[in-house]
Amino acid sequence: METFLQQIINGLVLGSMYALVALGYTMVYGIINLINFAHGEILMVGALVSWTVVSALADTGLPGWALMLVALLCAIVVCTLLNFAVERIAYRPLRNAPRLAPLITAMGMSLLLQTLAMIVWKPNPKPFPLLLPSVAIDLGGPVITVTQILILVITVIILGGLLWLVNHTKLGRAMRATAENPRVAGLMGVKPDVVISATFVIGAALAAVAGLMWAANYGTVQHSMGFMPGLKAFTAAVLGGIGNLAGAMLGGVVLGLIEAIGAGYLGDLTGGVLGSHYADIFAFVALILVLTLRPSGLLGERVADRA
Amino acid sequence: MQNNKLFVFLAAAIGLLIVPLFVQQLGNGPVRILDLALLYVMLALGLNIVVGYAGLLDLGYVAFYAVGSYMFALLASPHLSENFESILAMFPGGLHSPLWVIIPLGAGLAGLFGVLLGAPTLKLRGDYLAIVTLGFGEIIRVFLNNLEHPVNITNGPRGIGQIDAIHFFGIDLGKPLEVFGFTLPSVTLYYYLFLALVVFTVIICYRLENSRIGRAWMAIREDEIAAKAMGINTRNLKLLAFGMGATFGGVAGSMFASFQGFVSPESFSLQESVMIVAMVVLGGIGHIPGVILGALLLSALPEVLRYVAGPLQEMTGGRLDAAILRQLLVALAMIGIMLSRPRGLWPAREHGKGAPQPVSK
Repeated sequence: METFLQQIINGLVLGSMYALVALGYTMVYGIINLINFAHGEILMVGALVSWTVVSALADTGLPGWALMLVALLCAIVVCTLLNFAVERIAYRPLRNAPRLAPLITAMGMSLLLQTLAMIVWKPNPKPFPLLLPSVAIDLGGPVITVTQILILVITVIILGGLLWLVNHTKLGRAMRATAENPRVAGLMGVKPDVVISATFVIGAALAAVAGLMWAANYGTVQHSMGFMPGLKAFTAAVLGGIGNLAGAMLGGVVLGLIEAIGAGYLGDLTGGVLGSHYADIFAFVALILVLTLRPSGLLGERVADRA
Repeated sequence: MQNNKLFVFLAAAIGLLIVPLFVQQLGNGPVRILDLALLYVMLALGLNIVVGYAGLLDLGYVAFYAVGSYMFALLASPHLSENFESILAMFPGGLHSPLWVIIPLGAGLAGLFGVLLGAPTLKLRGDYLAIVTLGFGEIIRVFLNNLEHPVNITNGPRGIGQIDAIHFFGIDLGKPLEVFGFTLPSVTLYYYLFLALVVFTVIICYRLENSRIGRAWMAIREDEIAAKAMGINTRNLKLLAFGMGATFGGVAGSMFASFQGFVSPESFSLQESVMIVAMVVLGGIGHIPGVILGALLLSALPEVLRYVAGPLQEMTGGRLDAAILRQLLVALAMIGIMLSRPRGLWPAREHGKGAPQPVSK
């Protein structure tokens, strides 16, 4: 039971990071129907920028939370600018091209960002310093760290904020309208290009937050760290029903829980034949099952055929 | 006109046949690059059946390549007999299965995996299919990486070595061959084998393109519902596309295993799948000469650049080494070519209407 609760906590923490990245995927997909393969790399850049800022300011004697805040702001600024540029360079010119063309530029962008990060930050993994007190709070068996609590709280606040933004602001309405039909939205006075740029910027900010969280939670950063979370986040978005914000959140959390519980119990269940290193396949097996049984995802209404 | 075509064809054939003889004077390295380029041509043509003809975006293609490779590696290396008593008892000299057993097995198994992947994804299209196939490729890779415990099948991340070279009719491609007082090194022999396979693949692809099956695939690609309404069995044809594409991947994989003499999960990363998709799309999706061009460009060019990377590396103080430079150039090529020619470098002439169009919303 204790392991179970512990894995639930781990799963929720992992899931909330997936959810943040998945939102970026799902918003972009909802509006321009593009799997933005480079989105995971934005998380990586966020983590590496945070690492640079934190190591540069480490000697100033600032408290950990202040360092984290500065790092977060820098990461958000860099990532939003970067994603804005990525959209301008690699996706906007291809708005009316054959569908595969932007997909290939997205893959190229992902490779390019990884390579550039490798040149800028060198390929070796770097330890991310512990910024918050490493006290583990005992919940009568399972433990939770301060960093983990912070991750959960921040995620909930951000998700709430995003839902409010999309449902109750002018920009949110413009986004929904553009997702529905960009041409008609344009006739109604919405500027689709501006809305799309805004979507990329918001998505990048969320990924930057997730990047810092990832670094703080796992304690190491590297140029290749963005790929798997990116892939998993997209899987989460599809699981929840792509194009659907609440779905992306649910998908992220569900995926995190599946992975954590799977990793914790697989060894015992199969008598040691399969171990926790098989954890990565859970995401994909779950994906295949959900898409086979319910092609529109858990909360999706669109038919899979539309893609 | 007809004569002219024949002349070009003959010139190309002779050129392809004598190229390695000149290149081998430069050493084995350059010929190896040619060999690998030919393997990529085969892979790209195989994937082109799935993506280009049937319009099914498959991002897990490398899984079939891996299946073929491991099949060959297991059946033609000491690995199995070292790890299983019963196999050692049956084959005391180790398993050295002949080509005629391995290739059909590798191709068949890969084809079977192709159909297995296709079956649950038949309802999906476009991006959903892409992400499922991508997941499938990752699942295979995780298994290759971990199937060493409790029974050691794939030897995990360490990979399988000591794989036999291909031998048939008493010719061993692993050893140099004397022909008319002229020595052909092993890599050149492999070149001719791969060239033969590529020519065979090209012929099959051309025949497919103009066959009923090929036309049915293209109909499905253009409009699945209309194709169904015209009486095309879309389920079987999609499965067939997956299966055929995978078969080519499997054969290319078994060739790769014997050529390298070593396989490990590292060769079958997602990056590799992405690269093969990029070859198909960059060259000109659904157009055989275009796909070949794309495969040659993306596989050979970066390797050639390895040789000129030395000075660049010194200029940048070691930060930009050959491997990084290669990645950088491939990434820039993927973006640059798509931006300037979204239909690929050498698209099919009638492709204006053939390319998958964006969904008009």
